Amino acid sequence: MSGSEPGQNPKRAHHDLGGVAKFLCERVDTAPYALTLFDRRVDALRQILGASGIMRVDELRRGIEAIPEVEYHRLSYYQRWVRSIVDNLLRKRIITAAELWAALAARDGGGQ
Amino acid sequence: MTTPPDLLATPAEALFAALLDVLAAKGVVREAELAARIAATDAASPAQGARMVARAWVDPTYRALMLADGTRAAEALGIPMLGAPPLGVLENRPGLHHLVVCTLCSCYPRAVLGYPPFWFKSAAYRARAVRDPRGVIAEWGTMLAPDTEIVVVDSTADYRWMVLPSRPDGTDGWDEAALAALVREGDMIGVTVPSPGPARARPSAATG
Amino acid sequence: MTRLGPGTRVIVRDDWPETRGEAHIRTPHYVRGREGVVVRHLGNFPNPEDLAFARPAATVPLYHVRFDPNTLWPPPRSADVLLVEIFGHWLEAR
Repeated sequence: MSGSEPGQNPKRAHHDLGGVAKFLCERVDTAPYALTLFDRRVDALRQILGASGIMRVDELRRGIEAIPEVEYHRLSYYQRWVRSIVDNLLRKRIITAAELWAALAARDGGGQ
Repeated sequence: MTTPPDLLATPAEALFAALLDVLAAKGVVREAELAARIAATDAASPAQGARMVARAWVDPTYRALMLADGTRAAEALGIPMLGAPPLGVLENRPGLHHLVVCTLCSCYPRAVLGYPPFWFKSAAYRARAVRDPRGVIAEWGTMLAPDTEIVVVDSTADYRWMVLPSRPDGTDGWDEAALAALVREGDMIGVTVPSPGPARARPSAATG
Repeated sequence: MTRLGPGTRVIVRDDWPETRGEAHIRTPHYVRGREGVVVRHLGNFPNPEDLAFARPAATVPLYHVRFDPNTLWPPPRSADVLLVEIFGHWLEAR
């Protein structure tokens, strides 16, 4: 057995959390949290994109893992998913940034 | 014309709404599909897994099927498994306890337990479960006998894992529905153990 | 690839693709370079390291491998066994 401390391995990716020392003293929040409608809708979209062959769950994970560490821990679970889904659909040219910006502007301007 | 906001600085909720607008305009996804998918996902809940556990407690043939092939066992009770990852079942016995975690993301037996709970996805649970499972389950008030062997299952790939807890003492003669009503989400991940009566978090001397 | 039977002693490759660029790895950091024992072959699945980038993915064997936590962690530790799903190309028979 090597003497290294796996909980402090500098080579690990930041999502690779097993045994990581800095969380060992953090208590687990065991309180029940109901999912919001936003959470459910993001989850449903992920499933639809998977079922239609547009984006695999492995691609979702890759996109989540690509979120910088500070953001990764700041964003909620389904906020990370939105980041990843957008990133994947942009990479695959299913959508473009210009289309997203236009849709955001339309929503702003439309008072929604 | 206003300057478009930087996408990464855009709140995820607004970005998601815009994304759905774009996808709807392209015919990739329709509102009705989203609603149908939400309804189907909401139908999977810990009550499904609890039915499997209760059946296994009263029917040795079903228990054997469940341990050999969780997917077929779920389907045998009418739980939809099409497209779901293969389901493996980990049997607790007196002196043996299993705890499931996904240290890499949030792999969870959704087909039989529903959406993963908040704690399962948390950094603290993911970091600590593989290293100090006794300390983790103690946060639910779960205390196992000191000589109980604890097997932690890191769900890292294509399988999904659920725990078949031990049938608690004091349930002789209970029917299947009453047994199923005892079984909670956490019992099937291993953070808690079922017990009859309201004192759900009591120490689990019952396994002995 | 040769199928690894139950009881085979294996070493998980001490490799860190994530330090060399974009990667998607399902082998947890804490078992890399560590010794374990194959419990069973779980089946064959497309390699997620390629699926994650929408590349053609070869089908690879997946094993359940058990580890002794004493070889993984300093105290505090309270697990007796760790079971991890690991793809065959990460394993070398000892």
